[in-house]
Amino acid sequence: MKVIITVIGKDKPGIIFNVSKILFENSVNIEDISQTIMQDYFTMMMLADMSNASSDFNSVKSLLEKAGEDIGVSIKIQRQEFFESMHNI
Amino acid sequence: MTLYNSNIFETVRMTEKENLDIRTITMGISLLDTIDSSGERSRRKIYDKITTLAENLVKTGNQIEEEFGIPIINKRISITPISIIAAASDDKNYIKFAQILDDAAKEVGVNFIGGYSALVQKDFTNSDRDFINSIAEALSVTERVCSSVNVGSTKTGINMEAVKIMGKVIKDAAYLTRDNDSIGCAKLVVFANAVDDNPFMAGAFHGIGQGEAVLHVGVSGPGVVKSALEKVKGEPLDIVAENIKKTAFKITRAGELVGKEAAKRLNVPFGILDLSLAPTPEIGDSVARILEEIGLESCGTHGTTAALAMLNDAVKKGGIMASSSVGGLSGAFIPVSEDEGMINAVKNGSITFDKLEAMTSVCSVGLDMIAVPGDTSETTISAIIADEAAIGVINNKTTAVRIIPVHGKTVGDMAHFGGLLGYAPIMKLNDFSSEAFINRGGKIPAPVHSFKN
Repeated sequence: MKVIITVIGKDKPGIIFNVSKILFENSVNIEDISQTIMQDYFTMMMLADMSNASSDFNSVKSLLEKAGEDIGVSIKIQRQEFFESMHNI
Repeated sequence: MTLYNSNIFETVRMTEKENLDIRTITMGISLLDTIDSSGERSRRKIYDKITTLAENLVKTGNQIEEEFGIPIINKRISITPISIIAAASDDKNYIKFAQILDDAAKEVGVNFIGGYSALVQKDFTNSDRDFINSIAEALSVTERVCSSVNVGSTKTGINMEAVKIMGKVIKDAAYLTRDNDSIGCAKLVVFANAVDDNPFMAGAFHGIGQGEAVLHVGVSGPGVVKSALEKVKGEPLDIVAENIKKTAFKITRAGELVGKEAAKRLNVPFGILDLSLAPTPEIGDSVARILEEIGLESCGTHGTTAALAMLNDAVKKGGIMASSSVGGLSGAFIPVSEDEGMINAVKNGSITFDKLEAMTSVCSVGLDMIAVPGDTSETTISAIIADEAAIGVINNKTTAVRIIPVHGKTVGDMAHFGGLLGYAPIMKLNDFSSEAFINRGGKIPAPVHSFKN
């Protein structure tokens, strides 16, 4: 299962570190990553592959959401097909 | 990535800020094989079949919601019209059938089950009359059962006898649920040209031409359309239509994906996608506010019908491009109590009952969730149904009436139904009588299909 992880919030050190740490610990492979600062807001998107993940979707989701709360940013994880279906004919 | 960053953020924004949601996943279940000469046995089979097939409906919906990050607001069930299922049973205890449906709905955790219904567009069978006379009580003793009656169609004309009876049924339901602002009427729809694959309540039922079990999905998204229109302020209307179309496309694709995924996991075929713009009483989830964004000072003023016609058509065009499984009602709903902008328009006097009726000639469904004075006569309600059915029958479209004569309340009062059903100011009706017209009974013949003018 491919997923897209989006992070939006005030920029600060360690955001990518914290997200990728969770993904690494749960054997989720990052395939693509892009980030930008828009109007002082840090926005990051990751495409990741969960097919060999050691935890299920819901566990990874709650770990990411918890990390987001700790850092003070919003972290969302959604299946990639959702975006593909909406934006590709 | 094949996706642009802007696409990803657009999607995230739609779900986070603009209330994009899947309004309902509805499992349609055929009950034809539960027909039995013993009412007792039939009801047991109904309960077992529903609780088996829909056992995981709610759980599956919740899991998909997690994975795709899009809320699925309602999980529901539609069934074969009970008037057909119960007709063969010995005891004819229709209330017990309603109660077993309510029990099954509670057991699987769905908030509504639709199909306490009868199809009498041409005429009644021996049992149809008894069944229809049971509806008011059934709605008052159950919580989650929804009922509908089809009283006309373009092919058959209008069964005016049924129209007359439904005026009484609505008044009875209002009286029997008088302690809760006559909420029984909010669960009762009178149709013309009813569709048998509609996933939206209260009018959902599983038609007899449908398969064994099927999963339909109803998407929504008035907030997304309104936000998209905010970007084309002052542009010509063809640009507005184009913008609505593109937005409807995206919403539909999201809905189709969710519906197909749910169908796969529940091991039933995917049915249809209904891409209606269904408002809620929440701020930012209103169809009336879309019409105002197009340029009307308040919904209901002159120009509203034209703006709604364009909106409804553009939504259909975008949706039909996006999915090959479009069905159900598919358009813009204009309920009053379920739409914050519409409630506001009634309060400020810009929308009247008559304007709502005009709007139903160009949009999905009809006079929906309208609170009227509790002392409205049965024949006036029947006459409202007749008007609405005529619009549907002549124009070859589905129309419906879901009207609530709120017991003990009158113009100026407010009715509260709670939750997604919302609240509504009581609207003024025409004071003159339609009694002699309705009491004629009989039928309005099917219309001619040429010489359209």
